Amino acid sequence: MDAPTVSMDVRHLDGGTAVVDIKGEVTSACEPELMSAYDAAAGSETRRLVLNFTGLEYMNSGGIGMLVTLLVRTNRQRQQLAAYGLSDHYRQIFELTRLDEAITIFEDERSALSASAHG
Amino acid sequence: MTDIAGPERAPGQVELSAKEADVSTRRDIGSWATKVDRLAVDPERAKAGFNIAGKRLSGPQQGFGRLRQRTYTVDLGPEVTPQQVIGAWKADFGSFWPKGNVFQGALTGITPGDVAPIAVNAAGGIKLSTGVFVLYSDDVSFTFMTPQGHMFASWITFAAERRETGTVAQALLLLRTSDPLFELAFPVMKVMEDRFWKQTLANVARSVGVAEPVVAEHTTIVDRRRIWKNWRNVWHNAGIRSVLHLLAAPARALRSRGPA
Repeated sequence: MDAPTVSMDVRHLDGGTAVVDIKGEVTSACEPELMSAYDAAAGSETRRLVLNFTGLEYMNSGGIGMLVTLLVRTNRQRQQLAAYGLSDHYRQIFELTRLDEAITIFEDERSALSASAHG
Repeated sequence: MTDIAGPERAPGQVELSAKEADVSTRRDIGSWATKVDRLAVDPERAKAGFNIAGKRLSGPQQGFGRLRQRTYTVDLGPEVTPQQVIGAWKADFGSFWPKGNVFQGALTGITPGDVAPIAVNAAGGIKLSTGVFVLYSDDVSFTFMTPQGHMFASWITFAAERRETGTVAQALLLLRTSDPLFELAFPVMKVMEDRFWKQTLANVARSVGVAEPVVAEHTTIVDRRRIWKNWRNVWHNAGIRSVLHLLAAPARALRSRGPA
């Protein structure tokens, strides 16, 4: 199997929010990277996890499946899961797969964090 | 804006707007189906698609039961490439299914956005009519998403990849049962699913020259919790609707014959 070409960096922000900056290709092969990013992001203080897809280059159906696994983990910890930076193409895929009903989508980081502050 | 490297621009080529560039450089752009709100079945397959026309798609988060990931794999050896396997599988998908089960996909094979009615053998000799939507397709994988009423709210991915021993084909199901009735029936459905997908993968393996294919199965429960708010999915239950459709067959036949 090819090595995943993705990086996932975690930023902890005030108010119990953590942002995961995703850059590269999201496929099922990068599940270990996503789950380590989640472990780094989801401390006991974290109430909200925000995925930054601005650097997303490619995603296949395996990548979408992996997001469901992440969603289950956040639900279990009573954490909210949100996303921003999706291009029109990937936003439509979120709508088609009805992932947008479980993962709140924002235009940019500012609106995602603003909703976080008020949520 | 997504930061991706686009192709070199030729002299005189018009500079694309950010949105156009985003669309034109995506290598997965033709692999995904375009967005649909409700499924439409083409006229040639409308009769078989009575249980799916007008239905919404239903992913794992729209289902009811525990979230399970079920994987079936089979070794195909070093002679065949993943692209060859997936190409052949997509070209005649239904022919690999066990006898008595019907997949009414397009004659052109598996294409993103296609809606295919299916009829599968269910418990008690009932033929359960439902369907699948082709969500994604590339040269080494393709994914179906199921409609409301299907026994599973799921994504089903068929893929082939190179490993050390050669090419491996797999069917990966990420699913919840759709409603409480299907969840109750899951122990029986699990046995039927195992038989179904093991036979299918064995048929794929035989088609590329594997004499005695061995199909492995692995199940992980990703989420033990059930989504109780989705219990109303039972309204769309394809099992119940298939039985009602069968019972109404004489009335439909009389109606189609018209007045004497």
